[in-house]
Amino acid sequence: MIHPIPPGTRDVLPEEMRELRTLIADLVLAFEGKGYGQVATPALEYDEVLTRGRGDRGAYRLFDESGELLALRSEMTVPIARLVATRYRDAEPPLRFCYVAAAYRPVSPQRGELREFLQAGVELIGAAAAPGTVEVIEVLELALDAAGLDRAVIGLGDADMFPDLLAELGLDEEARDSVLVRLAAHDLVGLETELAAVLDDKRVETCLALSQLRGGADVLDRAGEIPFDAVRSAVGRLRDVNDALSARPGGHRIPFDFGLMRSLDYYNGAVFEVYDPAVGRVLGGGGRYDGLMKKFGLDHSATGFALYVERVEVARVEERRRGGEGR
Amino acid sequence: MSEPLTLAVPRGALFGETLDVLDAAGVDTSELRGDSRSLIFETEGMTLVTMRPSDVPTYVEAGAADVGITGKDVLLEQNDRPVYELLDLGYGRCRMVLAGRTGSDQLGDSERSLGVMRIATKYPRIAESHFESTGRQIELIEVKGSVELAPLVGLGDGIVDLVATGRTLEENELEVREEIVECSARLVANRVAHKLRAAEIDELTERLRQAVQA
Repeated sequence: MIHPIPPGTRDVLPEEMRELRTLIADLVLAFEGKGYGQVATPALEYDEVLTRGRGDRGAYRLFDESGELLALRSEMTVPIARLVATRYRDAEPPLRFCYVAAAYRPVSPQRGELREFLQAGVELIGAAAAPGTVEVIEVLELALDAAGLDRAVIGLGDADMFPDLLAELGLDEEARDSVLVRLAAHDLVGLETELAAVLDDKRVETCLALSQLRGGADVLDRAGEIPFDAVRSAVGRLRDVNDALSARPGGHRIPFDFGLMRSLDYYNGAVFEVYDPAVGRVLGGGGRYDGLMKKFGLDHSATGFALYVERVEVARVEERRRGGEGR
Repeated sequence: MSEPLTLAVPRGALFGETLDVLDAAGVDTSELRGDSRSLIFETEGMTLVTMRPSDVPTYVEAGAADVGITGKDVLLEQNDRPVYELLDLGYGRCRMVLAGRTGSDQLGDSERSLGVMRIATKYPRIAESHFESTGRQIELIEVKGSVELAPLVGLGDGIVDLVATGRTLEENELEVREEIVECSARLVANRVAHKLRAAEIDELTERLRQAVQA
């Protein structure tokens, strides 16, 4: 007799489990090697705590036996912010944590999306902006190396630049929001229409070009020629990161991307995403989220990233297959 | 050097003009114009894969095609697929409209007496969001084939459908009541390819931009 499980969930059998366990061990080893201690938090939290961190409500909420509203976490950054605020309130920063944990999100039907999926990541809390970003990117590079993803690339952008630039150009909040929605979806045709309604041709051109500006360190020079404060200060922040990363032996191969927008609304400053040619979807990402810590009553800056473990697993298998063919 | 870019080419109504625009952009499409049953064509520097327009977002989202061409109607109907929309190619222009029977006020009657209009369509999402954003209630009937048939035999009070010349509507004694949105062919890209193959995709976008402007 067949007893079904909900769409978007899955069983893991021994052969895959061995694979998965090795991958997780490799990742945690990379994190712990850099001083990030592993933590676990409950999958169920009070709904009020999770929504305090993120504006939107979780997809899976339920009442417990005494009528309290609980929710399943949709990611790990908010639970760790909660953990730091309650358990490490008086600790001397910086604090470093890593995790491998299941998270829960709604799925569209028949799309191969996972309702329950594994995330592996780190959070660095209370380190200054540029050095913090650089450190976390280094940990991410180590993790990708440990997973065997030689071709994976980290794209780096700045979450504050476009909101600041649109404000500088005089757009009101409503106009800014509708432009940012188009930017996040990367709908360039719609973006052009939205911008043309409120800005002159030259400025529309500047915004569109900026959203497509991505590549090596030379794009920092090109963006630097754009005469707006919001762009200049974003270029400054990215340049600090670039200088620190380039100073290392071997330099870096991190492309800059002025069009990069992460959909989670708590990011500010540096944001990044991980791509691998073997997988058509983003493998993970992260960034700075100083505002989130404030919501939990702590005046700490914070940076972190999360990798989607199942997607990393797919990429790892694919890379190994390629490696086998090459030999 | 990595493998060539893969471009999803829509068969059907957009096929001919898509090939013309690709030719003008310097992509060799002569093999696609033959009567070959193949679905995959290797040209210089690019792999062309042909498919139904409504499958283009699926292939591009998954990265099976790096870039693709499809109608805005398809993108609106599948707006939960995160693909990057890079360029309005301008051809394949048509309108998404609400149409009712010529000379009949069945749509209005139903709205007044029943509180809902019964709308037959192949585009449930576009129809739903149009009536939702204009504050009206509808009962949605999804059909797969010739939607013009529905109101003629009493399945629904009106239809939401794509109209190019309006001749099909006319021949079935239907007329346009409201325009919902203008649609045309768009160039879309996979999120990861747009980052990892930035230079190639930007260059193709630019060539296509010039081809459609010429």
